[in-house]
Amino acid sequence: MSGSHVSHDDASHGSVKSYVIGLILSIVLTVVAFGMVMTGAFSTLTTVIVIVGAAVLQLLVQLIMFLHMNTKADEGWNLMSFVFTVKILVLVIGGSLWIMQNLHLNMMLD
Amino acid sequence: MATDTLGNQIVQPSEHGHDQGHDVQAHQHDHHDAGGMKVFGFWVYLMSDLIIFGTLFATYAVLIKGTAGGPTPSEIFNLPFILVGTMLLLFSSFTYGMAVLAMNDNRLGQLKAWLWVTFVLGAGFVGMEVYEFRELIHEGFGPERSGFLSAFFTLVGTHGLHVTFGLIWMLVMLVQLQTKGLNAITRPRIMCLSLFWHFLDIVWICVFTFVYLMGAMA
Repeated sequence: MSGSHVSHDDASHGSVKSYVIGLILSIVLTVVAFGMVMTGAFSTLTTVIVIVGAAVLQLLVQLIMFLHMNTKADEGWNLMSFVFTVKILVLVIGGSLWIMQNLHLNMMLD
Repeated sequence: MATDTLGNQIVQPSEHGHDQGHDVQAHQHDHHDAGGMKVFGFWVYLMSDLIIFGTLFATYAVLIKGTAGGPTPSEIFNLPFILVGTMLLLFSSFTYGMAVLAMNDNRLGQLKAWLWVTFVLGAGFVGMEVYEFRELIHEGFGPERSGFLSAFFTLVGTHGLHVTFGLIWMLVMLVQLQTKGLNAITRPRIMCLSLFWHFLDIVWICVFTFVYLMGAMA
């Protein structure tokens, strides 16, 4: 155990630098997303693509910079449980939308 | 390896910490793995919490068109207001990170100071959300108005409740740090709250993107 302390300290322990970089990236991505929608300067499609892209990037930034997620901690079980959860989320959210969309079309509610 | 949860191990008290005898040090070493397991267990809980939020997002996506003659998303969302709240929560996530760094260096005073800063920012966020909800209900746009508003209040309210409980937990930790100091019991608790707090900011990214920004565009 004591050996891993030394080897991990710099890489995954988090530092002021990694938190500051995470904060700055998050601010930029947030402001870009809000700016796109608030100015309304771009087409709807472009705006949706950019704000979803910004959200995904910010998720990754915070998972890595703030939560220090990596493949090494706890022998990868943190990441593994997260990937499993994301799979469930895709099934639940994607499945719900798919089913309800079908229902909507078949019942001709409009 | 079990203690390396998300890279923030529960570090042993160093020479800066309280002067403890060898038995105490050895005793704390026994807790070393237990602390790491606690933090990992809490991570697994957060994953199940993520599924709760996932189902609420799915519900919201299904019900968003069900306005029942009531207001549409773009009519009730005030983006500059939401941007300020978002920044409060983002900065609070950062300041909690600073608190954990202070803990890893055994600087108890700094740890408490950062926790207070985090608390104030988080309380500001909750205060803004309560104000937003109050205004909506005041105008007759409460959760009973339409399916869209029910789903909106449930999703955003569940996140707000999580933040509120995080704030209560933070106060409890401040009291425990005052009475117990930093030890093998309080360190894992600070780490669990750290995961919880960063996790809530990550959920909020999805809320402001898919609820507020997407809603304001339609």
